[in-house]
Amino acid sequence: MAAPIPPVLAEAPARLTWQRLRHNKALLAGGAILLLIILVALLAPWLSPHDPYFQDLTHRTAPPVWYDKGTWLHPLGTDQLGRDYMSRLFYGARISLLIGASVALISGLIGTALGMAAGYFGGRIDMVVSFLVTTRLSMPVILVALATVAIVGGSLWVVIMVLGLLKWDRFAVVMRSATQQVRSLEYVSAAQAAGASTWRIVRSEVLPNVVPHLIVIATLEAASAILLEAALSFLGLGVQPPLPSWGLMISEAKAYMFFSFWLIAIPGSALALLIFAINLAGDGLHQWLTPEDKA
Amino acid sequence: MLAFMIRRLGLAVLVALTVSILAFLLLHLSGDPAVALAGEGARQADIDMIRKAYGLDRPIVVQYADWLWNILNGHFGTSVYFKTDAGPLIFSKLQTTLVLGLAALGVALLISIPLGVLAALYKGSLADRLCLAVAVLGQALPNFFFALLLIMLFSITWRVLPVSGSGTWQHFVMPAIALGYYVAPAFMRLIRAGMIEVLGADYIRTARAKGLPAGKVIFKHALRNAIVPVVALAAVQLGYLLGGSVVIETIFALDGLGYLAYQSITFKDYPVMQLIVLLLSVLYVLLTLAADVANAWLDPRIRVS
Amino acid sequence: MSVSDIVLDVQDLRVDIDTPRGPVHAVRGVSFQVRRGETLCLVGESGCGKSMTSLAIMGLLPRAARRGTTRLAVLGEDLSRAGRRRINTLRGNKMAMIFQEPMTALNPAYNIGEQLAEHYRHHRRASAAQARERAVELLEKVGIASAGQRLGQYPHQLSGGLRQRVMIAMALMCGPELLIADEPSTALDVTIQAQILRLLADLQAELGIAMVLITHDLGVVARIARQVAVMYAGQIVEQGPVAELFAAPRHPYTEGLLACIPVPGRTPPGTPLGTIPGVVPALTGELRGCAFHDRCRHAQPLCRQEVPVHQAPPGRQWRCIREAT
Repeated sequence: MAAPIPPVLAEAPARLTWQRLRHNKALLAGGAILLLIILVALLAPWLSPHDPYFQDLTHRTAPPVWYDKGTWLHPLGTDQLGRDYMSRLFYGARISLLIGASVALISGLIGTALGMAAGYFGGRIDMVVSFLVTTRLSMPVILVALATVAIVGGSLWVVIMVLGLLKWDRFAVVMRSATQQVRSLEYVSAAQAAGASTWRIVRSEVLPNVVPHLIVIATLEAASAILLEAALSFLGLGVQPPLPSWGLMISEAKAYMFFSFWLIAIPGSALALLIFAINLAGDGLHQWLTPEDKA
Repeated sequence: MLAFMIRRLGLAVLVALTVSILAFLLLHLSGDPAVALAGEGARQADIDMIRKAYGLDRPIVVQYADWLWNILNGHFGTSVYFKTDAGPLIFSKLQTTLVLGLAALGVALLISIPLGVLAALYKGSLADRLCLAVAVLGQALPNFFFALLLIMLFSITWRVLPVSGSGTWQHFVMPAIALGYYVAPAFMRLIRAGMIEVLGADYIRTARAKGLPAGKVIFKHALRNAIVPVVALAAVQLGYLLGGSVVIETIFALDGLGYLAYQSITFKDYPVMQLIVLLLSVLYVLLTLAADVANAWLDPRIRVS
Repeated sequence: MSVSDIVLDVQDLRVDIDTPRGPVHAVRGVSFQVRRGETLCLVGESGCGKSMTSLAIMGLLPRAARRGTTRLAVLGEDLSRAGRRRINTLRGNKMAMIFQEPMTALNPAYNIGEQLAEHYRHHRRASAAQARERAVELLEKVGIASAGQRLGQYPHQLSGGLRQRVMIAMALMCGPELLIADEPSTALDVTIQAQILRLLADLQAELGIAMVLITHDLGVVARIARQVAVMYAGQIVEQGPVAELFAAPRHPYTEGLLACIPVPGRTPPGTPLGTIPGVVPALTGELRGCAFHDRCRHAQPLCRQEVPVHQAPPGRQWRCIREAT
């Protein structure tokens, strides 16, 4: 027997009107920039003027085209090994986006499962999950990540796994409270009274209402993961050369930064732009999904 | 109040123990410590000898219990790389990191309090939006990149601040900025939200009705009430700063806990690594406890009753 | 009665509040005077503009509100053009205000002594010891025992009645000559209400303060005031000495109000209490003529145009076409 359509659920989607979306500048701007970066990353093989790994030793640390000695052969210059910077920049976007998405996915799955279990069942399960969260929060993430990479060896996938297994705490906390709120609403009791199974309730009543929160947290965690990978690679314990991770590019270039400032400025600005876009879109998303907030 | 604190301390101990177990497992299961200790190119005989010498052939539970027992008795082990006692080594570096962490927190508050108050006072205006924009931009800049930019500007171009070392207070200026700016936006949003709520309160109207100058109304009356969650956040963020300073310390060659952690990781100095993780988790839990205590103490309704 | 006796002189006070639907004309041309040692009651139902009037006088209007006035003089000084600095010098000093909700009007983070002393120290440049002495003096004057110990207490440790007494003491710290009290007893228990009102009356008699008391309760008016101004829809519709106004109201709204409450000794037992049919009009857009005309028994077409203000000595005014009931 199906549960009656709860009036609250029918009301909620009405708030997500297209009109509010149109006026949400943060989401539109952030989303646009993000989309651009994604496109560049996807189309990198076609957009890049050169092979990002090819070392043109005759054109080492060539400046970008807006400098005196710059040429259009290498529009964003080359690094200390003569590799074209524009190509490396475009391919580097792939790495950052891959990290962000994968870590958000993995940590999202873990955190959501834990958080929803804690919020829905309460009691002992809640206590255990809260303890796990506290324990995780008291671990210095970057040190644990560094240590793991040092022992296991650095690579893109190791970084993704480590970060994914560490960064689920915010998902757990937010999903827990969101689930608690939803659980206390009447239509969940109605579904329970109608005899629906736990999994069915979770899937059809609880999940749709917590998904908005989930997406907002996912954007924040993706941005944070990208920054963490950049920091790890910067320290040499993340993605390994010759991969064009933006953090690694900055690390490799830091000895040359005084004479060839663009070597750190370009990947650094790219990182900042990507994070900015993600945060902006996340903020906009948050505003769009939770109307009339005090913020 | 006392029962609350005892319960929280108990939780702290439990958490610290769990973290230490996890760290122990991580180090010992994902690689062979004996191999690491023996170094590159060691012969099998050397590795076996090391394994026996360090008791690495015993079951892991025994190894952990042994380690824990030593810690509780004040024997913190010996650094494999530095060849000295791990305990004094770590505590000497802790001082530098604490100074850095507090300085970074200071920088964060120095930025966020004025901006947060400003944004709240002129809510909805251009100033408010600018403050929020600064917040969003600040969080987009990777801290190591920002650190390099600071070095380019202050050390290389203007030559007013030293790049590396930890001798004088000037050595801490750039690192504190590079570490602190990243947590400033969180404070700023909290202060802004808190101030907006408090400024609408009746007692603010009373304060204005008494003819008090605007500054007194804003800072003595409003901010005092809005700042309570900020103190709690500050304690928690200090924990994060202490644990997350490794990149900054490495760039600026500050001889602190983060840099020591980096070295111990690089040189597979397991005893030191283990101890650092334990120390940081204990500090973190104590700081969150301090945050809760501060929360309670700052509200006279809880404190005086 | 000389002109210098006039402590508060309000002429044609207007307050408009900006809302998304357009400006709301909360106060529409209110004028009155209060003399030294005199209590004027502003009476009216919720939304008539009496609180806005008091906030406008003190310069404490919310940000969305705009004030206009021909003259707003306190102790002879026109404040309508005065700068913020000047107003701050007078607030808490020469003119003071107490509010309706004692629960929330005190800062929970500071103790009573601090909140009593701070503006006294600011306005009088007094030392901590002097302020403390003055605070104890006033706490005793408002009837709080063991005043010295109270200074170290926090607002949440006091009852509502005590808090309101503290508010009164706080208002009197710098010896103001004008006290505005916005429904000071409304939020208190009935038994405490009488005490607070008695306290205010005694203090006024002793200190010779000019007081403006805002209330919706005609009983309060009868008990404490000498002059009364009845407000309706942002305007004063009738004002004058209390006894006369109660005995012979001239404005239909005042009549209606008085018919609503039973007066012991006057209202015959068993008579049904009166009601005023209709609702208060919205105060947006153009408002012409009498705001009460759609609820008035005696309404005529002329009431939609200009409405004259009749005056009859001593100090009686009413805003109606009719000369006498």
